[in-house]
Amino acid sequence: MKKMAEHKGCETDSDGGKKASCGTAAGENDLPPEIWEKVKNHPCYSEEAHHHYARMHVAVAPACNIQCNYCNRKYDCANESRPGVVSERLTPEQAAKKVLAVASTIPQMTVLGIAGPGDPLANPEKTFKTFDLIAKTAPDIKLCLSTNGLTLPDHVDTIARYNVDHVTITVNMVDAEVGAKIYPWIFYKHKRYTGKEAAQILTDRQMQGLEMLTERGILSKINSVMIPGINDEHLKEVNKAVKGRGAFLHNIMPLISAAEHGTVFGLTGQRGPTAQELKRLQDSCEGEMNMMRHCRQCRADAVGLLGEDRSAEFTTEKIMEMDVNYDLATRQAYQARVEEERNAVAGAKAAELQILADVESDIKILVAVATKGSGRINEHFGHASEFQIYELSTGKGAHFIGHRRVDLYCQGGYGEEDALETVIRAIKDCHAVFVAKIGGCPKKDLLAAGIEAIDEFAHEFIEKSAITYFKRYLEGVKDGSITHVEKGDAEIRPGEVAVDVVAAE
Amino acid sequence: MSLKIAVSCVNCSACEAECPNEAISAGEGIYVIDPAKCTECIGFHDDPQCALVCPVEETCVIDDNYPRYQAA
Repeated sequence: MKKMAEHKGCETDSDGGKKASCGTAAGENDLPPEIWEKVKNHPCYSEEAHHHYARMHVAVAPACNIQCNYCNRKYDCANESRPGVVSERLTPEQAAKKVLAVASTIPQMTVLGIAGPGDPLANPEKTFKTFDLIAKTAPDIKLCLSTNGLTLPDHVDTIARYNVDHVTITVNMVDAEVGAKIYPWIFYKHKRYTGKEAAQILTDRQMQGLEMLTERGILSKINSVMIPGINDEHLKEVNKAVKGRGAFLHNIMPLISAAEHGTVFGLTGQRGPTAQELKRLQDSCEGEMNMMRHCRQCRADAVGLLGEDRSAEFTTEKIMEMDVNYDLATRQAYQARVEEERNAVAGAKAAELQILADVESDIKILVAVATKGSGRINEHFGHASEFQIYELSTGKGAHFIGHRRVDLYCQGGYGEEDALETVIRAIKDCHAVFVAKIGGCPKKDLLAAGIEAIDEFAHEFIEKSAITYFKRYLEGVKDGSITHVEKGDAEIRPGEVAVDVVAAE
Repeated sequence: MSLKIAVSCVNCSACEAECPNEAISAGEGIYVIDPAKCTECIGFHDDPQCALVCPVEETCVIDDNYPRYQAA
């Protein structure tokens, strides 16, 4: 069972630190071949694949067997994108029709996930019935599910039988003392447990389930919610525990918490982490195993590419009217063209590091990028709903470290203030923002906030452009024309983190 | 006898699967309990399962319109 655990992550310095960007973007040289084969086209596992392949979630499993202080299952909003939120719940039959409709419309849709609201394994009949229907009608689509793990050991054999080779377990603690602050209760074997007793049962079952998945060669990703002051430091222990049991990827996500969500943490004013707090924790775990950095914390009924939700096009009403023609050959032909485009991007990446070959510096800076995908700088500043963040250094070139949302319709705060202020709060830790186009006014305001807006690389590849800029920056620092300044912190989802938290730093 | 489900129900369906009597089903917007089938879980479990698994407190409650259930 230790086969996967032996993988050392990709931050080891055996190559002198000149390796191309890391995380799961690293590619086949960093992962055992059998794992790479499974994840290379999976948008939720591979940072690079998510630019090219799409996934969808179907909400068939609303029941849950544990209560989490960051969750409110009542919440429903058409505009808000975060875990647990859906517009409508489906029967397994409706879900199967929806999958066919989406797969016929979006040929790069390769993955179906069941991720709630609720726990898919607290609804095993609905979850596995859905998988059964899809395996029969659309056998090329990969299946995955996300679970809190409480009943996972009971279902591992069924998961294996349906060829579900990707399972996500949400693990927020391995210490019941910490768990008692996150989980008010669990429902287990006909009884309700509270406090440390509940948390101990949960962690025991999660670890047992993870070990059983690893024994069967089923890939396991771990999601952890970073809750400042409660489990932030402790997540380093969680990272070691799950790595030791064979998890191949760890996704540390920021707590999403606003009073209007009606969660316990929202109502008690528990804040989420700042951008730099999250980055520091992810960086400190990265030496242990692959860290996932591109998670969008998407809706439980999200459809399409990560960061580009098309769920509104596929309501039950619209699906039932659709005349679905599931054409496998057309899908495969389209995906072959996607692979060609992908290889072009990979080729550009291989060349880019040469730009920095003769430069050495301790300086690291962050830059933000407005992109619609395909690995290019191709979005207008004013149209961007999120910015991708890259860390630039002479050691690793352009290294993707995350994204910042600025499309917060339901969060309050947005709309009352200038949209530009929201963007500035989201990318304040960046030295520059790369865009396809930007007006003169926002350009000036950004500069006043210490962020240079750059449109000269419009429609070019992100990494190559960023490194070209970085080389120029370092040369400017060297000849004295640029004074390097360290930047402060930023907000992951502006409007949620109390403004004074960031302002205080 | 019987429990009832209050309007605070969030329609999550967790109670339906746990009921040993198959007394719970989806109603209009919220789940409903058939008082003819509900035994308050007496004879099955220490506590009513719907109330234990419900995410909203005070939603699965005793319905005073019926006499309490007595195990045979």
